[in-house]
This record gives sequence, C-alpha cells and structure tokens, in this order.
Amino acid sequence: MSVDATMPRATAPAILPGSGGMRGALSDLFWRRPQLLLLLMLLPPVLWLGIVYIGSLFALLAQSFFSIDEFSGLINRELTLKTYGDLLQAANLDIILRTVTMAALVTLASAVVAFPIAYYAARYARGRWKALFYLGVMLPLWSSYLVKIYAWKLILAKEGILTWLFGKLYLQWLLDAWLSLPVVGGNSLSVSFTGTFIVFVYVWLPFMILPVQAALERVPGNLVEASSDLGASPGQTFRNVLFPLALPGIVAGSIFTFSLTLGDYIIPQIIGTSRLFIGQAVYSQQGTAGNIPLAAAFTVVPIVIMGFYLWGAKRMGAFDAL
Amino acid sequence: MRSDRGQSAPLGLKIAAACGLLFLHLPILLIFVYAFTTEEKSFVWPPPGLTTQWFAVTWNRPDVWEALSLSVRVAAISTAIALVLGTLCAAAVSRTKFFGRETISLLVILPIALPGIITGIALRSAFALADIPFSFWTIVLGHATFCVVVVYNNAVARFRRTSGSMIEASMDLGADGFQTFRHIVLPNIATALLAGGMLAFALSFDEVIVTTFTAGQQQTVPIWMLEELIRPRQRPVTNVVAMVVVLVTLLPILFAYYLTRDGDQIAGSGK
Repeated sequence: MSVDATMPRATAPAILPGSGGMRGALSDLFWRRPQLLLLLMLLPPVLWLGIVYIGSLFALLAQSFFSIDEFSGLINRELTLKTYGDLLQAANLDIILRTVTMAALVTLASAVVAFPIAYYAARYARGRWKALFYLGVMLPLWSSYLVKIYAWKLILAKEGILTWLFGKLYLQWLLDAWLSLPVVGGNSLSVSFTGTFIVFVYVWLPFMILPVQAALERVPGNLVEASSDLGASPGQTFRNVLFPLALPGIVAGSIFTFSLTLGDYIIPQIIGTSRLFIGQAVYSQQGTAGNIPLAAAFTVVPIVIMGFYLWGAKRMGAFDAL
Repeated sequence: MRSDRGQSAPLGLKIAAACGLLFLHLPILLIFVYAFTTEEKSFVWPPPGLTTQWFAVTWNRPDVWEALSLSVRVAAISTAIALVLGTLCAAAVSRTKFFGRETISLLVILPIALPGIITGIALRSAFALADIPFSFWTIVLGHATFCVVVVYNNAVARFRRTSGSMIEASMDLGADGFQTFRHIVLPNIATALLAGGMLAFALSFDEVIVTTFTAGQQQTVPIWMLEELIRPRQRPVTNVVAMVVVLVTLLPILFAYYLTRDGDQIAGSGK
C-alpha cells in the first residue's frame, strides 16, 4: 500500500546500506522525492472525487442550460436560459419559498431544543454522564433515517400514540383546534405541515447539538461566574455572554439543518401535505415528468443558497466550531 | 465566591435537557413495541395484543433477504473503497503542507455537505450522459463517494494525535518506508480506521436518497423500506424489519464509539 507516503523522512541513516531490491529502491525513491509520494497518495482520492463527483456535478449544471421541447418531450441540447425562466413561474417560486421557510423554521426550532441539551452536556455532565449524553446524541444521529421517519408515522397517525395521549389528557379539543387551522393543519398530524416540521426537527436535531456543544465546551466556566459576580441575572448572562460565544456553534449546526432540509424529499413525501418541496420537485421533474433540465435548474437553487450561507457562516467563524 | 464547578444545574435546564433527550429516544423505542403488535392494518395505539409471529413471517420473506444481502454487499465494498481513499487523503493532508490542501479537504466534505438529492441526481444524469446502465456498481460508486468523508475525518484526527517523532525514530533505527508503515503507522491508526470503516458501513447501509437515483430495479434495505412506507403491503413485516435495522446499526456505532472514546471524539461528527 502506498500509504507509506504518510511519513516525513527524518535524517537519512548514513551508516546503513540500502535494503536493496524493488522494495528498497521504492522506499529510497519515496524518501528522495517526497513530492512523488504526495502525488501518488493524492492521485486516487482526487481522481475518484474529481471524476465521479465533480464531473457529475458539472454534467448536472450543464444540463440546466438545456431546454425541453414541449411538444416532443425531447431534450434540446442548445445552451439557453429558458429553463431558468421556467423556474421563476409562480408555482415554482412557491415551492422554493415554502422550502426555504420550512428550512429556516426547522433551524430555529432545532437551535432552541438543542441548546439546553448541549449546555448541560458541556457544563454540568461529567464522567459517566458525559459519555451517556454523547451516546444519547450519537445513537439517534446514526440510527436509520427511514426508521426514524417510520417511527414518526406511527406516532403521528390518526389512530397513533399522540392522539391517544391527547385523549387521555382530555386535550383532544386542542389537537382538533390546531388541525383545523389553515396552512399548519390538516386531516391528521401525519398529513400536515406541522407533522413535516416535527419530523424535520427530530431528524436533524443531533446535527445541531454536536457543534453547539463543541462551542460551549470552549466557554470557560469562570466567564459565566464573572458575569454573575458583576450582578448579571441568568437571563442577562445568557444574552450577553453565553449566546454570543455559542453563536458560531449554532451557525455551524444550522448549516446542516438548513442544507439537509432544503434537499430532503423523503420526509415531506411520507409525512406531509401534497404541496411540494424543492427535493420533491426535483425528483418528480427528473422522474415522471422527464424534464431533466428543469430538475437540474431546481438543484441549482439549494446550491446557490448554501453557497451564500456557507460564505456568511465562514465570516462568522462557524467553521472553527465544526 | 467559590467556583461553581461542582454545583448542580438549575432545575429548568435539567428538565429541558431531559425532555430533549427523551424526544430523541422515545420514537425509536416505540419501534420495538410495534414489532410485537397483533394489529395488521393500522398503527393503532396501544397495541391490541402482543405476538412474535411476525418475526417468523419476516424470516420467510425472500424479498427481505435479497434486500439485506444487497445492502451488506454494497456497504462492504463501498467501505473498502472509502477506507483506501480516505486514508490516503488523510495521510497526505495531515502530514504535508502543499498548495491546494484546503481544496482537497473541501472536495472530500462536499458530497456530504451538499444535500443528498444533488449528489444523487448529479450521478444519475452523469450515468445517463455516459450511457452507463444501472447496476450493483453504480450503487457502490455513489456510496463510496460520500463514505470517504467519515474515514477521512477519523483518520485525520488520529494522524494529528500520532507523534511524528515515532516515525522518525523508526527510520533512524533502520526501518524502510514499508516497514515503518507496517509496524508503526498502521498499529497507530488501526482503531481509527476500524471506527471510520464501521461508520462508513453504517452510513452506506442506511443511505436512501442517493440510492434511489443510482439503483435500477434492485432494492437495498432502505429502498425496500421506502417502498413499504409509500405503498404498504404487510405493515407488521415492516415493523420487524425496522426493529432489526435499528439493532444492526446500533452495534457498529457503539463499537466505533468504544474504539475512539479517548481523545478524538470525532467518530460521528458531521454525518
């Protein structure tokens, strides 16, 4: 294995003779030409990612400049901006706006739910509890994505546990009132935007907890003490000390929650209304509609949004918190 | 005022943190209950009765076994590819400084930073343009691409912790490059690679979004589950499969955590 190249050579042993043979010659060559080693090590991964991934991305981007012939349904391979024009139709703008709003709400809610867990884990949990918190976040993060969605299908179903719980607590009226609201309501929670929102928050929450916790770990405890010594109330300490210091972590976590929500098409398909999100639009355009150019143009939207997002996050120092 | 290091947390914080953790775990536990329910047609709670008959039914379903076998084969080969590529990349990036180093890290992280649907549709359109028919290998191609990053993360963290002077000492004592790799570098990074490999396996085993774009008629376990979610055939079987999937992914994660627990808590950061 050429991973051998990992090693920077120290001073060459002046006394020992070369070990001879192919192997010795190779070893000596790598020692004399570290650049060659580096090249050999980088070549396979860069070729793989460059060809398979970047190549595919460019193939996709190129297709967004093609257009589809509305009569024959064939793809016209002349460069045009017509597809991007189609993207600006009211129905498509609606889809984009809906997805971005959902992503923003999910990000906010994740931050609110994640903060206490992250803060407790970073500041109060010690030893065994610390490990327990870490695993407590890791296990849901890594358990199967579909199983998690399936679990929520069970919970949110009309005959499911949540309806039962509301019934037991004599709060059925509250659930009914919520479901009768426009936009967020629906026949049952599993076919409403509320359901979609809850599942998004659930599935991406660990991605928010980890970076926030990492950021909070770096806040020295005596800063918080100093703040209270100087007479700040817990609320003031939070606003003026903790929150600004945790912000890079929150922004880092929001990269995940925002980006993942923008691109997901399975959650809104299984739990949600029939109104589309960007991911579903891409999926149906490339699948049933066969309109690859429009699907490609749709994927450019999250790429552009995330580009700006990452640029802003970098300026806020979010990458140090990752 | 004394340091409040040993002080316990405010009650409100405790409750909020506990509720958050419960929110994360209760839904998964619920899967375990539903695997035993006697109800066939709906998701009714509480379950009208408990039974183990669905385990036998699932055991005798050939489609479940086919999906499982495909998933395991895809995950194994993708993990092997990711291990080689990720380690090479981590070694190059952590040991040397060269022009474009940042770009390489970005390149590795990109497949996981961009939404899966973009990776999926990009690969699909590339396959279409190049006239590559869907097969086992198109699935592997997609999976290996995003698995590189977890191996890379684990390996980079371990390389940073490994002291360069050990390698120098090995060379000073007359070992050639290959011997040093075999006896010094490999034992040092082995557990990190094992952890990274297991996470890559879990990631590939669970992947659905990219797979829907790169698989033809073949079904991996997640694709099978997705089919069942959209067009349910036999709900109890889905319940059992869901429970088994939770258990199967749980073990590698716990083991990976055990392997990397001291020091570099990087194992899963940024799935």
